[in-house]
Amino acid sequence: MAIVQRLDPVALRADFAMFDREFRGRQLAYLDSAATSLKPRVVTDAMVGYMNNYSANVHRGIYEIGEEATAAYEGARTKIANFLGAKDAREIVMVRNATEAINLVAYAWGRKNVGKADTIVVTEMEHHSNIIPWQMLTKEKDADLEFVPFDDEGRLIQESYEALLRTKPKLVAFTSVSNGIGTINPVAEMIAKAHEVGALVLVDGAQAVPHQPVNVQELGADFYVFSGHKTLGPPGSGALWARREILEEMPPFMGGGEMIREVHLRHTTFNDVPYKFEAGTPDVAAAIGLGAALDYLTNLGMEHVRAHERDLIEYALDMLPREVPSIRIHGPLSAADRAGIVTFNLADAHPHDVATLLDREAIAVRAGHHCTMPLHQRLGEESSARASFNIYTDRDDIDRLAAALNKVEKMFARPAAAATQ
Amino acid sequence: MDDLYKDEILEHYRNPHNFGTLEEPTTVKEGANPLCGDRITLMLGIDDDGNVQDVAFTGRGCAISQASASMLTDEIKGKSLTEIAQMGKQTVMDNLAIEISPARMKCAMLSIETLRSAVGDRVPWQGKFDEA
Repeated sequence: MAIVQRLDPVALRADFAMFDREFRGRQLAYLDSAATSLKPRVVTDAMVGYMNNYSANVHRGIYEIGEEATAAYEGARTKIANFLGAKDAREIVMVRNATEAINLVAYAWGRKNVGKADTIVVTEMEHHSNIIPWQMLTKEKDADLEFVPFDDEGRLIQESYEALLRTKPKLVAFTSVSNGIGTINPVAEMIAKAHEVGALVLVDGAQAVPHQPVNVQELGADFYVFSGHKTLGPPGSGALWARREILEEMPPFMGGGEMIREVHLRHTTFNDVPYKFEAGTPDVAAAIGLGAALDYLTNLGMEHVRAHERDLIEYALDMLPREVPSIRIHGPLSAADRAGIVTFNLADAHPHDVATLLDREAIAVRAGHHCTMPLHQRLGEESSARASFNIYTDRDDIDRLAAALNKVEKMFARPAAAATQ
Repeated sequence: MDDLYKDEILEHYRNPHNFGTLEEPTTVKEGANPLCGDRITLMLGIDDDGNVQDVAFTGRGCAISQASASMLTDEIKGKSLTEIAQMGKQTVMDNLAIEISPARMKCAMLSIETLRSAVGDRVPWQGKFDEA
């Protein structure tokens, strides 16, 4: 049996400048990594290095720093490909974030391949970014959009999924890990079922890539998307992976420089993949920053990242209900199929008040609908609070959360209930 | 953390004044904060002279938005629309009398924004808002 190397979150904090700051006299308990992660210094150093030392445009300059910039940018593409287990770096399209990647697929692949009365299947737990592009596409094409429901424990109902697959959808799009309630979906099984009926599959990996090993070839996906800014990288970085033959058949997304081979006044021939999908000067610094972030994570080992966060979620699921009696935790209550995301409501305190009061204790959590309004309608809540973990999170952060929630709970308890304490 | 939410605010949150519906409102207006899903329905009974004879609200929201609505509805009851139109952000800040962070300002302002859109077409509004 392999020796599992444990991450040391407190030691890793030395790599993040944010932990040098004091918040109300202490370190920040940053529990909003599902919204965006903190960035280690290696990422900012790489970005500043490009900006200061070789900030030429990519794929253009026939001079030293132009070649350096192109090499660094394409190097980032290779790092992304390796991190996702892609066969070929040419299967990686650099985009701003997962949202842009999904919109690219909906626009370029969807408008060519989805027609009247075709069906696209998504789920009720999707982030808005994996719902709205498909709403726009199906409305334009007079196609159908169907939704896989989830059960009271926050797991997708596989019987419903199989029933929807019998309508022979063109595409199935679902999240690997729910940003709303932390569910880890059975991605490989769901892809295999979709392929049996001839559907292509897009996987939203925004909450998976930062937290667990991912291999798109082993999963058998057709499209896979993620955001750099949740993966210790900068905003403005992210990627679409798709199988080469699918990308080859897709028309371009945006028109402009870089994506062309030859332009005439009335017609254009397009560049090869992936450049066909990368019009205009990209965010070179962000791509280089993401490459540095993926190196950093690779060095830690993604299986160790998952083991660390699994330990934290197990701890939180066990401890929070004991320490905070009025808490209602949404989503699966087993660490085996739950990412480091605890979404909850307190009986008497609104999530916004919870977040404001936790901020007074230098604890950062998200409050609201987390860009998952349909999921919250299913939960029967207007909004919720969410604590989410990363490599720099430790049990002490969760202890601080519990103690603060306990205070909030007491503050908001009805006077009669408070009097009995 | 205890100093932020004064007892008065918590008391208004637990037992909001004027919470409910009017049987025969002359004006009904819904307001929502799309960022967080907080919503309010404001009902007014305005007489022929332009005085608010009765007021009620329903809705779900945080302590800031609920206490703000509770205090505001207390304040406008019996007032004329002309008097109400003098109210603005400062009215809300004076009522709550706590520090409101920029991120929570929309919660605090939801009820008065809804009030303004309910009667703003009947009387020229004079009170100041920070237009975002």
